[in-house]
Amino acid sequence: MTTASPAVSARRGATLGWLRRLGTPKVIIIVVVAGLIGYLALVPLYYLIWGTFFDADGFTLGGFARAYGDPRVGDMIGNSLWFAVGSAVLSLVVGTALAYLNVRTDVPFKGLFFAASIIPLIIPGILYTIAWIFLASPDIGLLNKAIEPILGPGFFDIFTVWGMVWVEGLHLSPIVFLLMVAAFRSMDPSLEESALMSGASRWQVFRRVTMPLTRPAIVAAVLVMVVRSLESFEVPALLGLQNGIYVFTSRIYFVLRSYPPDLAAAGALAVGLLVLALIGVTISNLVGRSGKTYQTVTGKGFRPRPMELGKWRPVMGGVIVLYFFLTVVGPLFVLLYTSLLKFYQAPSAEAFASMSLDNYRQLFDISDAMTALKNSLALGLGSATLVMILMAVGAWIVVRSRIPGRQLVDHFSFVPLVIPGLVLGLALSFVYLRSPVPIYGTIFILLIAYCTRYMPYGMRYAVTSMHQISAELEESAQVSGASWWQTFRRVLLPLLSPGLLAGWIYILVVSFRELSSSILLYSPGNEVLSILIFEQYENGQFTVLAALGVVMVLTLAVLVIIAYKLGAKVGLRQD
Amino acid sequence: MLRINNLVKTFDGERRRRRDSRASSAQEARVFAVNDVSFNVENGQLFTLLGPSGCGKTTTLRSIAGLERPDSGTIEVGDRVLFSTNEGKKSVNVPANERGLGMVFQSYAIWPHMSVFDNVAFPLQVKKRGDRLGRKEISERVMRVLETMELAHLADRQATKLSGGQQQRLALARALVIEPPLLLLDEPLSNLDAKLRESLRYELKRVQRELGITSVYVTHDQVEALALSNAIAVMRNGNIVQLGRPRDIYENPNCRFVAEFIGTSNFVSGNVVAKDGDRYTVNTIDGQLALDSAMSLPLGTDVIVSVRPEVLEVSTTSRAGEVPNEWKGTVLTRAYLGDSLDHVVGVGKHELRTRGNPSTSIEPGTEVYLRMDPAKLVLVPVD
Repeated sequence: MTTASPAVSARRGATLGWLRRLGTPKVIIIVVVAGLIGYLALVPLYYLIWGTFFDADGFTLGGFARAYGDPRVGDMIGNSLWFAVGSAVLSLVVGTALAYLNVRTDVPFKGLFFAASIIPLIIPGILYTIAWIFLASPDIGLLNKAIEPILGPGFFDIFTVWGMVWVEGLHLSPIVFLLMVAAFRSMDPSLEESALMSGASRWQVFRRVTMPLTRPAIVAAVLVMVVRSLESFEVPALLGLQNGIYVFTSRIYFVLRSYPPDLAAAGALAVGLLVLALIGVTISNLVGRSGKTYQTVTGKGFRPRPMELGKWRPVMGGVIVLYFFLTVVGPLFVLLYTSLLKFYQAPSAEAFASMSLDNYRQLFDISDAMTALKNSLALGLGSATLVMILMAVGAWIVVRSRIPGRQLVDHFSFVPLVIPGLVLGLALSFVYLRSPVPIYGTIFILLIAYCTRYMPYGMRYAVTSMHQISAELEESAQVSGASWWQTFRRVLLPLLSPGLLAGWIYILVVSFRELSSSILLYSPGNEVLSILIFEQYENGQFTVLAALGVVMVLTLAVLVIIAYKLGAKVGLRQD
Repeated sequence: MLRINNLVKTFDGERRRRRDSRASSAQEARVFAVNDVSFNVENGQLFTLLGPSGCGKTTTLRSIAGLERPDSGTIEVGDRVLFSTNEGKKSVNVPANERGLGMVFQSYAIWPHMSVFDNVAFPLQVKKRGDRLGRKEISERVMRVLETMELAHLADRQATKLSGGQQQRLALARALVIEPPLLLLDEPLSNLDAKLRESLRYELKRVQRELGITSVYVTHDQVEALALSNAIAVMRNGNIVQLGRPRDIYENPNCRFVAEFIGTSNFVSGNVVAKDGDRYTVNTIDGQLALDSAMSLPLGTDVIVSVRPEVLEVSTTSRAGEVPNEWKGTVLTRAYLGDSLDHVVGVGKHELRTRGNPSTSIEPGTEVYLRMDPAKLVLVPVD
């Protein structure tokens, strides 16, 4: 440097500076994160489309012809819509009624609401479905056995579309409950009080003020539930296939499980499902946006006097207890009961006499069970951690950076929200069957699937908490002389940690029980818990399955409790 | 017109509000929101409940409305008992939607999913089938009220597309359309900016006086209360501490709290040393004060003298001997407020704020004389 002429050194300095600017940790991290998000979101979709529309000879619609040429395709689409809309309506009616009772009335047993809204989220869908088979199957259902003397055998039949609607609707109702509680709480209570002061009866207030004002929330909830039911795999697979009732997801599964598997036809079905989901999500976004005009200036936070139910109070209390029994106690009880039996049978003195912990002992002997538990834990922890790290940076890019095109990162990270789990599994198998890197058939393909599926949730948690941190906190760190990385690590991350931890917990829990992507991607030796349960159900090992289910629910409960305590420590506790 | 007797309303103590309430919690302290409040409002008057937040004024109003259920007391409008827990007689609690009162909420609570017209028509549409008017009459009634409120030209507009002032008039129109015997107003001006608030205050007064509607008004803003009311009840901790006409309350506060809450005041504490008719002489650490008061206090009583800033006359020349109550002090600071000028004058241990014409402006550090008219000093008993 000392020997170079000033002009040359200046030029070289400029080039070096430019290079150095590109090579800073900041730029490298941003580029890597944005690239990963784009890769995870777009590549599977690309391969799905490619695999559906192209074969060795080029462009083809053969897959579509085979998939939709089947004479029963009309039934399948009809069943899909019936199932999806039915479940959405059931969950909406139940969830909204419970939310209204909880927020606005003096209904008893409010403590049960908390349990009834959290516990079904912990019970995986596959276990919930199997529990209902144990309860309401026409041959072996406990409920049917109980009422057989009065109403004859097989009164309830869970293996029908109505049965599917019942199970899916009940399993979704806590989500609606939580959404609607938020909607009712955010409404200015004086809007209802002023209607009351105008002389309207409680019913008129509900119909003419409360309902119209919560309509955007209701419409959004119904659409989200329709999409979720469309994407649901375990309920249609376990309940529908028995009697040949197909919906999109179970049909895709069926097509792939037949020999030889018709990938293009499955892809065509997946594209159809994707389009339906896309329509639902788009409408719900539009509704959500127009709903903002209803936000009004609120006065002081005067909590309204809860409506007195009077003579209806015991009745409503009974309804709450019944709901609690249906959604929580019944399914959990039947799993526990079955797990203690030698073979599945209705309760009797004999049955109780034969109870033992043999099934649990057996779990230790099945090497698959231990492997599956280990796999599920590792995948849950791994995907939760990876997603939250990626999304912390991603959220910074979206919210704080001034990089052109940063909104693309946001959009990409939300793409997987529209992709049903089964479709994602199919798309990923398209990608990695062709990939030279040996990922297919290893546990890493599941990790990629989980990271992709839960990326949108991670992004939502990270963006929300990023918005809550004033930009000035970051700027003052910069003014104090901290580099971008120091600012990120020492100021932003600690402040973001409650939100990131909440997201981490959520992803851990949902990954731990993932089934619909895994079912198409796992290979022998890489089973996860939900897959193992699915296999055992197909093999008729009900009692061992129930024991495994109990272990799974307990593990989830422990995870949630630890996470909750951990969260309370860093000030996460949300009441 | 409106008679409230011995109204009591308690809330659960803080601890019981937590989720895990146990049986023993019944013994925990209950918080008195309203503690034995009684008052009457004459026909056509505007009665104000004034006080700081948490004083029970809103709870009182909401009890009248029927949105809170008081623990005990009676509420009557005209000859109609709306609420009563009188022992011996049957207790009465008319539900809010059957009281037929008009109410304007702090947030205005205008239904965002309805047009201006529909908002006003709602109270008429939800009347019991027998009393309900025909569609044409409803439309006429609504338009008449909108006319009065100068909103008729906006009838078809979405209610959320109104300005703050228009929203207030809409809320008022909706409350008045059923021609209620009593209008309840819960801080209706507090959501507006200062300029608009002032003009709407007069607007509100005009409408109330023109229609002659009996009203109960809740506010924490003393200026609003003084400007609007026929009578004011100053509340504190669930009690009415003083009830009277605006001028009485301002000029003769009956305790330090009222004097402090209404306007600004200097307080000088002392001791009654002489009394001649209404003329008292009070000894303070910085000198004697002569003042007139109709109260009868024995010699030796500890008192506080409230001196309003505008009562203090600041001068650089002394007139000692000619007039009573002249104190000597030094200007500490001054503040120019546009329409007036404040001096803070140090007299011994006291710092007294004065308010006067901006033409009199005195350098800080200058020696000055403060003179006080004995008729304008107020004797306040020690709490």
